[in-house]
Amino acid sequence: MSTLPAASELTGHRRLRDWIGDRLLLLLTAGASIAAVALIVLIALKVLRSAHLAFSAFGLSFVKSSAWDVNHKVFGALPGLYGTAVSSLIALLIATPLALAIALFLSELAPTWARVLVGSLVETLAAIPSVVLGLWGILVLGPIAANHLEPWLSRWFGWLQVFSGQPSSSGILIAGLILAIMVVPIIASICRELFLQVPSELEEGALALGATRWEMVRGVVLTSSRPGIAAAMILGLGRALGEAIAVAQVIGAGWTIPTSLFKPGDTLASKIVEEFQGYSTKLQLSSLFYLGAILLVIGLVTNLFAQLIVRRFDVYRTGAR
Amino acid sequence: MAAVEQALTIDLRAGARARRRRLVNRIAEAIAILAAAVAVAMLVWVVWSVAERGASLISWSFLTGDLPIPFSPEVGGIGPLIVGSAIVVGIATAIALPVGVLIALFLEEFASNWLRVPIQLAIDLMTGLPSIIIAIFVFSALVYGHAENGVAGSLGLAIVMIPLITRATQEVLRLVPSDQREGALALGASRWRTVVGVILPASLGGILTGTVLAVARAVGETAPLLFATGIFGRTLQLNPTKAMPNMPVQIFIWSESPDPLDHRRAWATALVLMTLVLVMSLVARIALNWSRRNTTR
Repeated sequence: MSTLPAASELTGHRRLRDWIGDRLLLLLTAGASIAAVALIVLIALKVLRSAHLAFSAFGLSFVKSSAWDVNHKVFGALPGLYGTAVSSLIALLIATPLALAIALFLSELAPTWARVLVGSLVETLAAIPSVVLGLWGILVLGPIAANHLEPWLSRWFGWLQVFSGQPSSSGILIAGLILAIMVVPIIASICRELFLQVPSELEEGALALGATRWEMVRGVVLTSSRPGIAAAMILGLGRALGEAIAVAQVIGAGWTIPTSLFKPGDTLASKIVEEFQGYSTKLQLSSLFYLGAILLVIGLVTNLFAQLIVRRFDVYRTGAR
Repeated sequence: MAAVEQALTIDLRAGARARRRRLVNRIAEAIAILAAAVAVAMLVWVVWSVAERGASLISWSFLTGDLPIPFSPEVGGIGPLIVGSAIVVGIATAIALPVGVLIALFLEEFASNWLRVPIQLAIDLMTGLPSIIIAIFVFSALVYGHAENGVAGSLGLAIVMIPLITRATQEVLRLVPSDQREGALALGASRWRTVVGVILPASLGGILTGTVLAVARAVGETAPLLFATGIFGRTLQLNPTKAMPNMPVQIFIWSESPDPLDHRRAWATALVLMTLVLVMSLVARIALNWSRRNTTR
């Protein structure tokens, strides 16, 4: 008899505890989520506000100017934009075909053991810290490029402006090569997932019609994952555009627009790495933030664009199934 | 009639066209295999270069000793760097793990559609944020006007880690069978009891794996620490409100130095850092594949 009131007391306690627990959990999870959104907004605001001094001094013509003179108080972003665009383009041009071929190997060709082994090794390539890859870039890849790759390029393709001039162990070309190594695993692992998602009825149908494996890949696999490949390339591009440390180590520093890819240059990110610590005037610091703001806008736009494609693609895929 | 008979005798030997198609196929397959070999060779090349050049300096006194004075002929050690990296990454993990898991819980268990979209977008954008942007944000928010400090670096690393942990947690939360979730609710358990007692224990392994991968990524991140901590600290520092020397920033500094001995120090430190990162990510990946195999069965 005496257990009954105790039990109801217990449920009463429990109900109160559950009420508090539920509210608390909701509050905590919602709070963390809203904080994440607020953080992104805060980062954008902080960078833009710190760039304000340079923006009010130079306006939008900052983007067109190639000056960077602390004493004469003139700054511009053009060489950095050029270096960022060119080094990322080189990276993408090298990495995309390589990554597609790797993804095709992993999804269509390799036996299971090779799929697991090579797949993990390619992912491991992405895990190497960029500062270590940059160190390797200066001390191993740089000398090889200067002694072998660049002389070879200028012998055969020297009639092109971009492959002319004195070989050098640090420059935009080497930055592009290092970025390519970073971008390959990103594009390869996304594309592998894409290719594995291609409905096997379509693949087998093509093979049954007498297509060779390559014809099946070209006609079915590559065609049906085209938007996804584009998204993977854009995500890889986003990584290449924003990489700062490894590029700062190998690009050689120079706020110019060199005609030769062998020559040193700078990207938006590498310029920030080089000068941020030792800035001497407020306008210079603000100009560095202006470079950062440009990079932030480019980075956010490329990411949004890739997300948009991936989302639409996902919808299309689940709708088709 | 003769024409029909001729058409009925099919030539089974491959014609020139079929041979060409087969050749193209072979070439395409060879290129795919070659590409995979190139990627593996790059990894082996980088790892081997670091191991070969770094191994000669590695010794107990190098791992535990004090940093050398700049331009000193003594090799010195990297003890303060290892301690600094451990503390900075430890604080970052202590921030990022709960925050990342809470965000994932909100997205998967609580959020309505109109809330999920902007929050998921913010997490995706955070993943793609260039780390140098995080660096200048942390500098202007926490370092400018103050001094270099380890906590600022930890916050920068936490911004790198949060989306990684959130993503990994979301993936395992989706794998928790809805029977378990609904079973707990049907037994009269409240929402928070279901989450704490059923959902989180079921996804603990996946969350830990994701955290190890995030830690492996954070240990090697240089940019978020570059302007926050590590340039001015030279000695063993246990107080995270002071500048803390750490491995990635010091590798960067040594790699830019003209002194060949600094290059050797950089290689040896890179070997320590890379071994740490590769072991962590390898262990996590094996655990991930193992658990995936178990869940699909």
